[in-house]
Amino acid sequence: MESHSTSGGSPIVTITGCVIVAIRDDLDDRSVMVLQDHLVDEIARTGATGVIIDISSLEIVDTFAGRMLGAMAEMSKMLNARTIVVGMRPAVAMTLVELGMTLQGVETALNADRAMALIKAGR
Amino acid sequence: MTLARSSDIVFARETAMKAMAKIGASAVKRTKFVTAVSEIARNAIIYGGGGAISFRIEGVAPTIRVVAECKDGGPGIADMDLALKDGYTTGSGLGLGLSGARRLVDRFNIVSSSKTGTTVTLESYAR
Amino acid sequence: MNDQTISFATIIQEDFEQILSAWLRNQAIEGVKRTDLVSPRETEAQSRELLAALSRALKTAGIGDDFNFSNPAWDPVREALEQITDSRTQRGVSPTEMFWFIASIKQGIFERLKNTVPDNSNHLIDEVWNATRLINQLALYAIDTFVQKREAIIERQQSEMTEVSAPVVKVWDRIVTVPLLGTLDSFRAQTVMENLLEAIVQREAQVAIIDITGVATVDTMVAQHLLKTAAAVRLMGADCVICGISPKIAQTIVHLGVDLPNVTTRADLQSGLAYAYERIGLRVVAMKD
Repeated sequence: MESHSTSGGSPIVTITGCVIVAIRDDLDDRSVMVLQDHLVDEIARTGATGVIIDISSLEIVDTFAGRMLGAMAEMSKMLNARTIVVGMRPAVAMTLVELGMTLQGVETALNADRAMALIKAGR
Repeated sequence: MTLARSSDIVFARETAMKAMAKIGASAVKRTKFVTAVSEIARNAIIYGGGGAISFRIEGVAPTIRVVAECKDGGPGIADMDLALKDGYTTGSGLGLGLSGARRLVDRFNIVSSSKTGTTVTLESYAR
Repeated sequence: MNDQTISFATIIQEDFEQILSAWLRNQAIEGVKRTDLVSPRETEAQSRELLAALSRALKTAGIGDDFNFSNPAWDPVREALEQITDSRTQRGVSPTEMFWFIASIKQGIFERLKNTVPDNSNHLIDEVWNATRLINQLALYAIDTFVQKREAIIERQQSEMTEVSAPVVKVWDRIVTVPLLGTLDSFRAQTVMENLLEAIVQREAQVAIIDITGVATVDTMVAQHLLKTAAAVRLMGADCVICGISPKIAQTIVHLGVDLPNVTTRADLQSGLAYAYERIGLRVVAMKD
């Protein structure tokens, strides 16, 4: 089963029970909220068990965006889906650590392939 | 550059990014500075009721730097020490914005009073 | 010849060979010839070259009250000096010896002045002063050259050390390691973190091993840096294991009250590697014989 929708320019795709969101460009706070809505709807609609959020095109993740990532992971969990954030750039990782934001509740993987394998293996 | 709505934060970030690219900043320096700008700009909108941010380039290599000055017309910060502490917030955030921004830049200055609002100055070198 | 026209400059030009041999003799007397490092023939060539450059420059620039060693007329002298200093100090001639190597030219010149202007002490003193002024400049310039070269070397080594001391190595498919050596200051810690994160992306690594066996001391700062690096590695989507934690360092970390939550640590590199293999689903087994 496959489906598409877009959210503030960020495409959301569901492939074999896994919702994949590629966050594109710099999002303003409102687009982040819209994206969050769409994501939750998509999980509920498709009954997906995994969510992959690709942030490789993001040059900036501030505390607001970081908090949103955490919130998305938590919401997905309530809907019985596991969230993995992938593709964080080295500079972004260093910045978040310096900010004191280590996103403890969020799972991470190097890329979407790895995340998909983790979700499939249920590890 | 005015800071009134949340979409203004994106514009402030873009401008900061261009300024850092202009001085040839490394990816890490760029990301750190722009993130700090984002935090400060959001604070000005949420807690300062809006304001303005300006960017300028100062000095020559190797001390060439981008300076951002962000002013708001808000009620000021009552307890500065507390405000700069990790995890302290009067709002709904994480309380990492102001204290975190300070760690992301090479120079950080904040002046605040109940009459004139809060002014935050951020500076970052290229390397 | 009228003794008023006899000057230090004319002496060098007219009695060139005598002054040169007196200089070479004095180098030996002062013990700065260092025939063990530089062959006598080479030293003679160097001395001749410098003296010739000096003679030519004196002819064009003179050495009056307006004497200025940074004047373009002295360019050839400075160049010759730089070359000689470079060549000699690189072979192990010390700065002191280099200074005396130049300064020992004085005696021969003074001797010639004494013999040619015997009855006019005022003029003699003037000329001695002129010669001293110039030769001291030469000696100082040689030392300056030496110091500058040294500083350039130190600077280069410093940047090389930062690179060399944090080489990120791929030890296995999807496993990278960075062995840390010496002291870990904030700047180096930052470089290590950057290199490691970059390597994780480039090598598509799943596990990053930080080996601190060679780290001299672990204080609160170093522990904080390690924690930050581990946190950043996790954000990138890789696992981080810190190994090479000696019993002493384990004690220090606990005493410092630094918490290492969610950070995997191992005693040595072997256990670190074993952990990494486990994470990527590999096992090391003995070959059947």
